[in-house]
Amino acid sequence: MPLTSVTKDAAKLTLTVVGDYPVPQQRLWDAFADPRQLERFWGPPAYPATFTRHDFKVGGRAEYFLTLPEGKKWSGSWKFTAVNPIRSFEAKDGEDNAEDENMPASMKFTFDTTPMGSRLTIVTRFSSVEAMEQTVPGMEEGLRAAMPQLDALLAERRASSARA
Amino acid sequence: MVARRKESEEALNQLFRALADSTRRDILARSLTETPSVSDLAARYEMSFAAVQKHVAVLERAGLIKKRANGREQLVSTNRARLKRAGELLDYFESIWRQRMAQLDDVLLPKGK
Repeated sequence: MPLTSVTKDAAKLTLTVVGDYPVPQQRLWDAFADPRQLERFWGPPAYPATFTRHDFKVGGRAEYFLTLPEGKKWSGSWKFTAVNPIRSFEAKDGEDNAEDENMPASMKFTFDTTPMGSRLTIVTRFSSVEAMEQTVPGMEEGLRAAMPQLDALLAERRASSARA
Repeated sequence: MVARRKESEEALNQLFRALADSTRRDILARSLTETPSVSDLAARYEMSFAAVQKHVAVLERAGLIKKRANGREQLVSTNRARLKRAGELLDYFESIWRQRMAQLDDVLLPKGK
């Protein structure tokens, strides 16, 4: 499993995710720098992502939408606040493509070389608990409804990767 | 069905607005282990009784606390089930990230078809 750890801190409203991959740091960085690769893993399996913009430099924006199962679209955008190839980048994360910069969450992606390949560390920081609902697709559809579905998807995914 | 979904959406919004404030989170934490009265709570914060009462009202509307009358006092206790929902939200983010990292693995190391 690529995922090494997930740390949730409800008091500080942060989520830290660490993943180790058996590929060089440059390869891992490229997966984020190239929108065609990024869209293959950013959206949940049932919500494929399409990046319409990916201006990967400080002050640049990325814009994308997820296509929900009923064909509805959910838009999201990032504003890059730091880009240090191939070591780290930071972005503010917001719902839809509003240019207002009061974005509800920020993400820091750090890339490191390890003996086994490379490590990706992502720290997501929410400005408030309320902000959390704005940065997650499917929230309007009802979290309660989505959770069992997600579990099923995860189980499917595990089964298919076990077969592969 | 649509009406029901709408209702839960609004309840959810209310829940997060309630949790977005540090005083309200503190009131929740205190009311988990004890059942303070609104006046007990008011004595603990450097703000007016009315301000504390307002926070309590927001928490009550969000369903995060329950109030019970005891004589002239209003006793406050946390609704654990609702609080659990907030924890579920972080779990939901975790599940999104788990999927994302697994998918990234597929992008980096395509499995033979």
